[in-house]
Parts: sequence; C-alpha cells; structure tokens
Amino acid sequence: MPTLTINGRSMSVDAANDTPLLWAIREQLQMTGTKFGCGAGLCGACTVHVNGEAVRSCQTMVGDVAGKKITTIEGLSAKGDHPLQKAWVAEQVPQCGYCQSGQIMQAASLLSKNPNPTKEEVVAHMDGNLCRCMTYSRIQKAIMRAASEMRTASASGNERRPT
Amino acid sequence: MNKHIKDVMPETTDLSRRSFLVGTAATGLVLGYAGVPGIESASAAAPANFEPSVWYAISPDGLVTVTCGKADMGQHIASTMAQIVAEELGAKWSDMRVNLASNDPKFNDPVLGAQITGGSWSTMMNFEAMSRAGAAGRMALTEGAAAAMGVPAGELVVRESMISHPKSKKQMSFADVVKSGKATKTFTPDELKAIKLKTPDQYTMIGVSVPQLDIPAKTNGTAKYGIDVMLPGMAYGAVVTPPVRFGATVKSVDDSAAKKVPGFIKAVTLDDKTGTTSGWVVAVASTYANAKKAAQALKIAYDGGPNAKLSSQSLLDEAKRLQALEDSGQFFVKDGDPNAAFGSAAKVVEAEYTTSINIHAPMEPMNATAEFKGDILHIYSGNQFATRSGAIAAGAAGIDPKFVVMHQMWLGGGFGRRLDADMMIPAVQAAKAVGKPVKVIYTRENDMTMDFSRPLTYQKVKAGVDGDGKLTALSHDVVSAWPTARWGIPDFLTPSVDKKGPLDSFTVNGADFFYTVPNHYVRAIKNELAHNATPSGQLRSVAPGWTFWAVESMIDEIAAATGKDPAQFRISLLDGAGKNDGGAQRLRNTLLAAMGLAGYGSRKLPKGEGMGVACVSSQERASASWTACVAHVAVAPSGEVTVKKLTVATDVGTQVHPDNIRAQVEGAALWGLSLAMYEKATLKDGGIEQANFDSYTPLRMSQVPEVAVAVIANGEKATGVGEPAVTVVAPAIGNAIFNASGARVRALPITAEAVKASMKA
Repeated sequence: MPTLTINGRSMSVDAANDTPLLWAIREQLQMTGTKFGCGAGLCGACTVHVNGEAVRSCQTMVGDVAGKKITTIEGLSAKGDHPLQKAWVAEQVPQCGYCQSGQIMQAASLLSKNPNPTKEEVVAHMDGNLCRCMTYSRIQKAIMRAASEMRTASASGNERRPT
Repeated sequence: MNKHIKDVMPETTDLSRRSFLVGTAATGLVLGYAGVPGIESASAAAPANFEPSVWYAISPDGLVTVTCGKADMGQHIASTMAQIVAEELGAKWSDMRVNLASNDPKFNDPVLGAQITGGSWSTMMNFEAMSRAGAAGRMALTEGAAAAMGVPAGELVVRESMISHPKSKKQMSFADVVKSGKATKTFTPDELKAIKLKTPDQYTMIGVSVPQLDIPAKTNGTAKYGIDVMLPGMAYGAVVTPPVRFGATVKSVDDSAAKKVPGFIKAVTLDDKTGTTSGWVVAVASTYANAKKAAQALKIAYDGGPNAKLSSQSLLDEAKRLQALEDSGQFFVKDGDPNAAFGSAAKVVEAEYTTSINIHAPMEPMNATAEFKGDILHIYSGNQFATRSGAIAAGAAGIDPKFVVMHQMWLGGGFGRRLDADMMIPAVQAAKAVGKPVKVIYTRENDMTMDFSRPLTYQKVKAGVDGDGKLTALSHDVVSAWPTARWGIPDFLTPSVDKKGPLDSFTVNGADFFYTVPNHYVRAIKNELAHNATPSGQLRSVAPGWTFWAVESMIDEIAAATGKDPAQFRISLLDGAGKNDGGAQRLRNTLLAAMGLAGYGSRKLPKGEGMGVACVSSQERASASWTACVAHVAVAPSGEVTVKKLTVATDVGTQVHPDNIRAQVEGAALWGLSLAMYEKATLKDGGIEQANFDSYTPLRMSQVPEVAVAVIANGEKATGVGEPAVTVVAPAIGNAIFNASGARVRALPITAEAVKASMKA
C-alpha cells in the first residue's frame, strides 16, 4: 500500500500505483474538496500541490508521488484563512463553487513564486482552469487582492523583525 | 400562456396549499410522508425549536435555519431566500443558516406547485411566500415576548434578532423567546394573506449585498456536492454509453476481462422503462478507479438503432424540409395576416438563422448515489427538478414515487442540465443489482456525449415594411427538437393558437416579443428526427437563446434595408401599444440605459470597429424581465472578431442582492459570449463528436472582454436575473460585426470564416 504525505500527515492508501491521485484523495482519504472535472487535465478542478507545484491530480498517479509533499485545499491553511481564501470571500467569487478549490490551489502556486503578478501573468497562469459560471473577473480581482495583502503582511513583518 | 405559470401573480397564489405556521409543536410538521414508514425528515425539528413555517425554524440558541426548496447551482438562491425571510422576521444576518429541502411536497414552490428550479423564476415566485413566512414569525415572536414581558405587543420593536420595549427598556432576544416557549401564535391561510408586508422604504435587508451564506464553504473544500456523498458500504459505478446518443440497444456484454479488475463486482445492463437512456451498461466496483477500469474492459456489442446514421446536416436538412411545408407545426402567435401584408409591402426582407447543438457541461459531472433502506429508496444528487426526478428514480426502481426520498446537495453547476434524472437510473439499478448503495459518476465523456443538449435550431424569418418604412408584418418559423415536450407533463405545454394541439413554448418563447407588429405569425415546428436522435434539454434561458438570435438580428437587417439606425428603429417599435403596454416601455428604457452607458452613437470608433445593440424580454411574457446589450467589436480583414466590450443593462424591478445580480448578469453575459463564439457540438453517425474540453471549448479567462453591467431597480416586482443576459449577447455581437465590417452572420457560433465569406459577398 503506497504511503502519501498529504497536508503534513503520512497516510497509507489502499490503491494501486496506477490509481489517479485524485481518486485516492477523494475516496480513500475522503477529502472531497479536490474535485473531478474532466479526467484529462483540461479543466483544473482537481488541482493540488506536489512539492509546491500545482498539478492536475487526475493526471498524477499515486505511485509517482510517494514521498513527495502533497497539499490539497483542506491543507492550504489551518483554518481556511489563506489570503487567497479570505480574498475569495471578500470578492464573493464562487457561484456554484465547484471549480474554486482548483482555482485557489492554482492561484496559490502563482503567488508563492510571484508575489506581485501582472494581470497578464495571472491570466496566463489561470487559463487552464475552467469556470463554467464564468466568475473569471472576480477570480482575477481576488488574486490581486490576496497578492496585495500578502505583500503588505510580509512588508510589515519585515518592519517588526528585531535587528 | 403556459399553464405552469398561470399563478404567477402573487394575489392568485394558492396559499391554502401551504402548511404555514403551526406554532412551536414540532409534531405534525413532517407532512407529506406521514404514511410512509422509516422516513426521518431532514427538517424534523427538535421539540424546543420554534418552527413558524415549513420554510424555517429558530433554535433555542437563536439560529434561524431557512430550508430552501430551490436547487442552488451558484445563483445563491438559498441565501436569497434567507435574506427575504430575514427582512420581515427582523433577524440578524449572522444568525441566518440555510438547509436544502428534501422532496417532501411541503417544500413545493408556492406558485409552481412542484419542486423545480429554472426559468429565473425563483425570486419572483417565492418573494411573497418567504416575506409572509418571515412576517408571521416576527408577529408570533413579538406576541410571545409581549406575554413574557407583560407589555403590549404593539409597543415592541424588532431589530437584529432582538425584541425590545423602549418604554421599559426591557428586551428579549429571539433565542430567549424560543426558550420561553411563549411563541405560540398560529395563522390561518387567510390571516397569513392579510399580513401587511413592509413597503420598500422600510427595507433594511432587501437591497443589501449581505455575504452569501454558501460562499465560505466553497473556498475551503467543505461544501458538499452530490459527487461528495459517502455512504457506508458504498460501491461505485462507471457508465459505459453507446456511440449513438439515443436509440442504441445492447446486444451482448462480455465481462471476462472486467472480472480480472480488482474490486470488480458486476456489470449491469440498464433496463430503463422510463425511456430516458438507451443502451447503457454500468460497471460496479469497490472504487471509482476500479469501476472505470472495469468499464473500459467490458466488451459490448450494440445495435445502433434508427438514429445511427444521422448527422447535424441531416437534422438541418429535415428542419428545412419541415419549414417549407405549409401545414407543418402549430401557431404560437397569430396576429393579423402577414402573408397578405407581404403582398402590399414596399420591401420584404427574408433570412434564415441557425444555432448549433450546445452542451451544458457543468463542472461537476452528472452523478447520483442510490441506497435502498427498507422500503425506501434514497437518492443523493444535486437536482433541479426533484418532483419529476424522484418519479424517474422510482420508475427505474419499479416502485411508487412516494417511496423515494431525494436528498438535495449543492449543485456543481446546473444551467438546466440537472432538470434531468438520467444519472439516477444507473445508480438505482446498480444499487438494486448489487445490494449495496452505489454512487455513479459520469466521466466527462459520458457527460458531454449524453447531454440533454440545447437543440440544433433552424429559423426562417420574413419581414414586410410599408412605404413609410414601418414594419407591418413578421412571419417567424422555429424548427427544433422540443425539450419540454420530452417531459410528458401537460401543464408545461401551451395550447396552440390554431387549435392544432399543445406546443412546446420552450422552443418559441421570446418570439412573442414586445415590439408592435400588426401582422405577426410565430410557428413552432417540431423536428421529430432531431427530437428522437438528440433528446434535448433546457439550457440556461432555453428558447430565448435562439429566438432572439433570429428576431434581434432580423430587426437590424430591416433597419439596414430601410436606412434606419437599428437602436432608434427598436425604440419606434417599442411603442407600448395594446398588449405591449408596460413591457415595451421598460424594454425601451433598458435599451436607452445600455446605449448611454456604452456611448452608442456618441463615441467615434476606428475603422474595423463597431457597436451593435440588442434588447430582449426573456423569459415568458408572463415572467418577463428586460435586458439590453451593446457589444463593441473589432473585425479583422481575416474575419477574426475581437469582442472588446459588452455593456449590459437589465431592469430587475426590485434588487434583493445587488452584488449577486451583477454576478449573475456578468456570468450570463459571458455564457452568451461563449455560446456566440466558442461552443459548438456536432452530431456524426448518431453520436455527439465532442467529448471533452479539448473539442468543446467554453470561454476561458483569456477570452473575457470588459463587461459593464447597469442594474435598473425601479421598484417594480423582483424579476429573475440568472438567464436573460445569456440571450442578448449573440445578436448584439452579430449586429456589431455588421456595423464594423458589413458582414452579416446568421449562424451560431460565429466563425471567422463565416464573417470573411459574408464580407466578400
């Protein structure tokens, strides 16, 4: 039985190595925040992080991620209070909400590397994530809001640092 | 008019059917299923709760839980219902919670008398019932507080879940009153009807963009959709669907290779007496991954059936053949005599308009979980039409519908797709066959190729203009599959004007527009071939999605042929004469608002750019709302179209939640853009060719233009907003392309090739 390191915990899953990570997360570990959308890497609903990179969990096999650090929407923050999650509430982004876990995970991988993205960089990074309710403009606004809050937080964090 | 909305006016609403207000006693509240053993209603309240109406309960801790009988697919209708209740109840927003209703008939829509969500009907048809429920609760709580405080009820003030007596400075919270057990007042239906509701100037909650109650759970992965249901001992089903959309049968199933898949339980060939599916097999296994492997390993032989050779072209050819027949179809509108008027017309303009097959493709693929528990069949699935879907599930199980309990979930997109119940049939029959609960999940390929799609449509419009340039005659034929006739529910059909039997007005709504045209025919023609080969469904806005494509393009064509500004021409037709009084003026005003906001006619545009207008009154005339769009496009010499901006104005009467209206209108407008430019499905050899998001390509973030939304709240009754903006965008873009380049496009989706070809012509 493969062992997965997921959201900081080590868990063994009763799944063959060629099982898509998506289904191991959803069914074996019963963490259903990660969604199935297309099964072909075309929509982004199943996006999780593997070693900090956004990947499509429907295209990632369990056997390929053993020993790697996996993060799902449930593990993005301790209390659902990642700056992106707060921004998603502030901008009232979700309609049906089904794609939003994937949108948030995709956006989080952008902001972890690029704390000050341009609109074009946001669009390029997010274009693989479909939203059938078409909440795209609010997604963009929320990413910009979170980026700005993260920069402010890290700047004020620097100021307070003892020298 | 369709019978299903005959009671749209609140004063005719049959309140006697509602089981309102039975005081604090919880017993007797679980109605509808009283005779069925083994049912625990999801909403059965603990005895100490105050449950003044079926629509909400207040617990001793003061939390107000509203039960929403509408499917919430992203329009935040549950939150909206809570907001309307909270306004009259006087509750604090942070005390409000929502719960999704089961299919118990007590949760039926007060106007429609069934559980169905669509048509942008929910707010307009439930506003009054929720308001009265809230007001009655406030009155009962106030009387209870008055008794407890020993003061006259008339001296009490209710605000933010607190009931206070200013003179004595005494106060009680809702929680205190519920705990006291003194809220016992009950209301008869007549008393309920007599309650004086707040006037808009007294609103403190309606019109405020309160935080939507469902949104936090949709940012942290905790919102539960149908696909997330987990039951103890559950197995999983993967569906194998035939290459033909409808009409195939299974000749044989060889499961020898599937048996080697670990966890494989059984392959079940569906025996679907409801006629919803044809030729489906479900592979059941211990996990979904194994079920999919087993499904792939099944070797199934099919008889393709009568539709196996059909293509989009054959459906279109048949539509043209039917339209050319004088006696085909039935009349939806028959005013005056257009044919005589054409004879005396100074100018006749004629054109054909088409739309392609379109797929709903909500992000959550279709799924359902079925569990037999004793005599009761439990279905867990996000669904828009519990009343009918429960009956379909019962049909699949071979039991009486009263033994089916539908557990509503959040819908990962609906758009009309989840009005259907096909996904329940494999779940029910697999659960029955293996003796365990079974969750069936469609692959995206199942979901797209077996969609109850927006049908391919063919429309022919002929217009006659007199010597003064006045539009005197319009004849409009609409040929399509009939999505709502498929339901087999007579109340959803409309008698034809020429008394040739009922027609499906969900194919012609919108064609009965608010323009004044003295001689006007609209003929609804059922394309039986398409109806059988591509069973169609209701896709966000339904008929107005194609009828306004034809009408609003034709109005521009007439304006061009007579040398008039297309916007001014519309305004002249919206004169409010006769039956159009009221509606026409609202639509005119909405058009003017959009024109003003976009700078139509006042902004100078560079060569190759243009603006186009359209205005629509979707949905039914009886439940109409008013929406106009100005599209601004750039057209390259190659025919490539760039939509630079969409300006949408919409008259919603009364705004419950301004921010949500903007979200819905923007989403709807982008749906309109997606259908106008990017979404096309085709039929080949009886099957839908597009199976995933590589070939069926809804709008992505990089394709989103600037969208400006103006909301007109003029104090009229609240109208729906989820759909109308879908229908207005395609004709506005088509008309803008004409103004930018002289190219007239008449087929959706619009392609660069079609634009270029029309430019040359």
